[in-house]
Amino acid sequence: MRKLLFVIGLGLSLPLAAQGSLAPADYANRQLEDAGQEARAAALMEELRCLVCQGQSIADSDADMAGDMRHLVRERIQRGESPAEIRDYLIERYGEWVSYRPAPERPIFWPLYLAPVLLLLIAGWMVRRRFRRPRP
Amino acid sequence: MVRRFLPLLLLLSFVGIAIWALTAEREEQVRSKLVGQPVPAFALEPAIEGKPGLSSADLAQSEGPRLVNIFASWCLPCKAEAPLLDALAGEGVPIDGIAVRDRPSDILAFLDEHGDPFERLGNDPRSEAMIALGASGVPETFIVDGRGVIRYHHQGPLMPADLPALRAAWEEAR
Repeated sequence: MRKLLFVIGLGLSLPLAAQGSLAPADYANRQLEDAGQEARAAALMEELRCLVCQGQSIADSDADMAGDMRHLVRERIQRGESPAEIRDYLIERYGEWVSYRPAPERPIFWPLYLAPVLLLLIAGWMVRRRFRRPRP
Repeated sequence: MVRRFLPLLLLLSFVGIAIWALTAEREEQVRSKLVGQPVPAFALEPAIEGKPGLSSADLAQSEGPRLVNIFASWCLPCKAEAPLLDALAGEGVPIDGIAVRDRPSDILAFLDEHGDPFERLGNDPRSEAMIALGASGVPETFIVDGRGVIRYHHQGPLMPADLPALRAAWEEAR
C-alpha cells in the first residue's frame, strides 16, 4: 500500500519538476485592486495565446510562463498602458499568432471578416430564387 | 452534367483542403520577430554573487558579437546543451546568461555540476527579459552583435548539429 502511494506520488510530482519552483509572480493569480483595470486586463488575457501550451489563452493556462504573462499584462495595465499597446508589444515579439483576435486592419484577415457577409449574400440570392419559382 | 457533380466536387475540394492542412509541415515554434532589431531595454540583477548581472546596455557596447543564452536550472534540455556551451566558452566565445524563474542556490548547483560558461548572468524571476527578447521558453540562444542588434535566434537546446548555422551567423555578426 505504501509502495503504491509512493508510486502515485511520484507520478504526481514529475509534471511539477518540469517547471520552476519559484512562487508565481505577484499578479499571476491575483486580481488588480481597481475593478475597471482588472476587467480590461482579464479581457485581454482571454485573447492572448499561451506560448508554451499553444492551444490555450494565458487566462486558461496553468503554465508558469502564462502566469508571468498575466503578471506582465496586469502590471502594464496598472501602469496605465492600454490593452492595445500591450497586445502590440507582444505581437512585435511573437507575431500576430500570439493574439486570438484577428486585426481588421491587416489585409490577411479580410477574408475572415468578408466571408460571413459573402455567405449571407449568397444565401439571400438562393432564397430569393426559391421564392420566385412557383409563381409562373 | 456540371450541376450533378457539383456537390461531389465541393466535397472533394473540402477533403483535399483538410488533408493538406492536416499534413502540411508547419513551424510549431514561435520564433522571435526581433531578429535584425536592437535588443529591447532590460536590466537584470546579478543572478549569483560574484558575477555581474546583464542589461541591454551591456550588450549594446561590447567589442564583438556575444551569445545570450536563456536557461534555467530546472530545465532538462538546458543540461543537455551545457557541454556545448562550455566548449564554446573554452574557444573564447563570450556568452552571457539569463536565468529564468530560478533561485541563486539552484543556479550555483547547476553551474557546479554542468560548468559555467557565462561572463555575465542576469536573474529573470518574472520572465520579463525573456519576453522582452521574444523568447518563448528555455533554453533559447541569441547572437547579439557588437552594436546590440539581435542577429540570430535559436530555440531549444544547442546540439552539435546546430553548430554550422550558429557559426555562420556568428561570422556574419562580426
